[in-house]
Amino acid sequence: MKLKLATLALATGLMGGVLTAAPAMADLVFPSLSYRTGPYAANGIPFADGYADYMTLLNERDGGIGGEKVKLLECETGYNTEKGVECYESTKGSGALVYQPLSTGITYQLIPKASADGIPMLTSGYGRTSAADGKVFKWIFNFPANYWDGASIMVKYLLSQNNDSLKGKKIALVYHNSAYGKEPIRTLQELEKMYGFKLSLIPVDHPGQEQKSQWLQIRRDKPDYVLMWGWGVMNPVAIQEAANIRFPMDHFIGIWWSGSENDVKPVGAKADGYKALNFNGVGDDFPVYGDLKKYVYDAGKAAGAGDQKGTVLYNRGLYAAFLVTQAAKLAQQDTGKPQITPADMRDALEKLDISDKVMADAGMAGFGATFKVSCANHGGPGEAKVNQWDAKAGKWKVVTDWITSDKKVIDPLIEEDAAAYAKENNITPRADCN
Amino acid sequence: MFYREAGDFKTSYPDDSQTFPIRFDRLGYYAVLLLGFVVLPFVLNDYWTNAVFIPFLIYAIAALGLNILVGYCGQLSLGTGGFMAVGAYACYKLTTAFPDINIVFHILGAGIITAGVGLLFGLPSLRIKGFYLAVATLAAQFFLVWLFNRVPWFYNYSASGQISMPERTVFGIAVTGAQVAPWAGYMVCLVFVVVLAWMARNLTRGATGRKWMAIRDMDIAAEIIGVNPLRAKLTAFAVSSFYVGIAGALFFSVYLGAVEVGEAFGIEKSFAVLFMIIIGGLGSIFGSFAGAAFMVVLPVLIKLVLVDSWGWPTDLAAHIRLMIVGALIIIFLIAEPHGMAQLWRVTKDKLRLWPFPH
Repeated sequence: MKLKLATLALATGLMGGVLTAAPAMADLVFPSLSYRTGPYAANGIPFADGYADYMTLLNERDGGIGGEKVKLLECETGYNTEKGVECYESTKGSGALVYQPLSTGITYQLIPKASADGIPMLTSGYGRTSAADGKVFKWIFNFPANYWDGASIMVKYLLSQNNDSLKGKKIALVYHNSAYGKEPIRTLQELEKMYGFKLSLIPVDHPGQEQKSQWLQIRRDKPDYVLMWGWGVMNPVAIQEAANIRFPMDHFIGIWWSGSENDVKPVGAKADGYKALNFNGVGDDFPVYGDLKKYVYDAGKAAGAGDQKGTVLYNRGLYAAFLVTQAAKLAQQDTGKPQITPADMRDALEKLDISDKVMADAGMAGFGATFKVSCANHGGPGEAKVNQWDAKAGKWKVVTDWITSDKKVIDPLIEEDAAAYAKENNITPRADCN
Repeated sequence: MFYREAGDFKTSYPDDSQTFPIRFDRLGYYAVLLLGFVVLPFVLNDYWTNAVFIPFLIYAIAALGLNILVGYCGQLSLGTGGFMAVGAYACYKLTTAFPDINIVFHILGAGIITAGVGLLFGLPSLRIKGFYLAVATLAAQFFLVWLFNRVPWFYNYSASGQISMPERTVFGIAVTGAQVAPWAGYMVCLVFVVVLAWMARNLTRGATGRKWMAIRDMDIAAEIIGVNPLRAKLTAFAVSSFYVGIAGALFFSVYLGAVEVGEAFGIEKSFAVLFMIIIGGLGSIFGSFAGAAFMVVLPVLIKLVLVDSWGWPTDLAAHIRLMIVGALIIIFLIAEPHGMAQLWRVTKDKLRLWPFPH
């Protein structure tokens, strides 16, 4: 009995401690559902660090946004949907303004929940592609580019490499066997019909540490190009296997989630020439890095181990933080109040205008594509550049200018998928926007 | 002093063979039911329902199911994740095909379909035992996950291969989808848990359960005294899969709302449920609940304390959490190899003598 009373007392004590630990409501709260553990940590850490460092920079340099301090609420998901739901539930009550879960699986979970709770979600370059249709997905944004854009951009790039004809070419898609990896298939099949190439699908099961059989199949089929939708530990393994079968690296193109330093460095010199899409700047040659060094790194306030600066995914974390904090600024201007609500945030995200000037003012000139979000289009311009890995220099080189996806192919697909979602969930598309 | 049989006179056989012969236990049981049905629905917020109580109740059902198979009938199974997936996909297919029928019937239907699948994969158990059976059920796990990933019919040809639950109501109140009040989803799970636990308790102490236990303890001896091993093993597989299927259906429909088979119902899930019943106690209804609580509540509690109260970095807390849970599992298994249920039994025996042990 004594033991039980003691546990009871302990449990109440803990609960009490938990309840009192709720953050103050006065700050602008940005939850960061990050993953610094598990098979996807190699990619989760740089993104989370970039996101956190940009928020720290705003607090240290500008005293927050519009005079309000930014509060970052980090929650570890391990790329696991159950933990993602737990994180969402535990942070949403603290005034969370916008969610960026960096996981397609968690995004699928949160789309209905966030829409019902009235909290916007920005899934840049991942999540549900058809969320680009703002008429159906009022609370969800996925600018500046989505997976179907990525598929189309890859095919466009390959067309430009092959005198505008892919007839008879064999293209293999190596993909993470999950919602994330399966997203581009529909578009690629559509493009297959248009351009007459032959697509073969090669799934890799979570987490993707073992891909011998997949690459044996590639060696046998001898495709002209391999496209990859990989994440986490799957990326370096795939690149290593490609090197092992001596697949020409410059014919191997990854999506923007398969193109970070952590993916190519383990393979060493053999990864030279590997290509990947990217929608944000690479390297640390931007004015914002001067401020980051002064206010964050040198002040000892860098997130994590502080060794990720300038990497592709760190920059993407910066970019993600930049986009939502711009929206928060806009929301403050529109409402005239420093303290904004998630609903204000949503309205601002829908009016967001990322021009060259906005990026230059933030010290990030040319960091991403310029775009305007609108009520109907939550998906942005769908532009990306092709990067190529230079193993000797240990750097990503940008080898193309912005390539725009083929909207003629993608828009009807998005409309169709969004309409199916609306029908399944009894959503009436918003009539107030065109 | 209070916890004793003395003075509690039983005058009929049903009284004498009831589940809780001691008044204190009985009152405690009613108090827990009252707490669960009357108090908690009013006090639970979104966080406690979705992060703690709903997963606890659902895992309790899965643990009950697996306990019937492993704990009572002695047939080791590693296919729990796969069978949960069958429940989830059956529920999804049923509810999208017949949207007008009440979701409760779909969940029951999902359980029955899973029972059928379990029966099929239980057939090898007539020939193989122990670790070899574990390997056969492991094959079921991988085959089922592969099947739901491979055949688009199961996920209604959706682009991403995900299944997502549309809104469904019970008595006009939404229990799935985004607009669910915290208490509604909780109540659905609670009703299923109470009914299924009651059923499991009565099955396991009746003739069926005794046959299962006879098979578990020594199958040849059981056969000699007239237990049909075919029927005993297959009923255990069917009943167990029925429970696991219902857990899978609830897991998908009420708890997560959208799942991806490889991630939600992978081999990790099979192990998690197996750990629950080993830690909780094999062959015990209480053990299923205790194990589920241990594996669901403890990680959340550790996270709340380390990150939210003490402000530790999230990655450090995640690693420490793994270490704490792992260490506790080892300590538990060394200190009490028969699980938390045995601990509870010992406590009860001591309580009877308290405060004057001889």
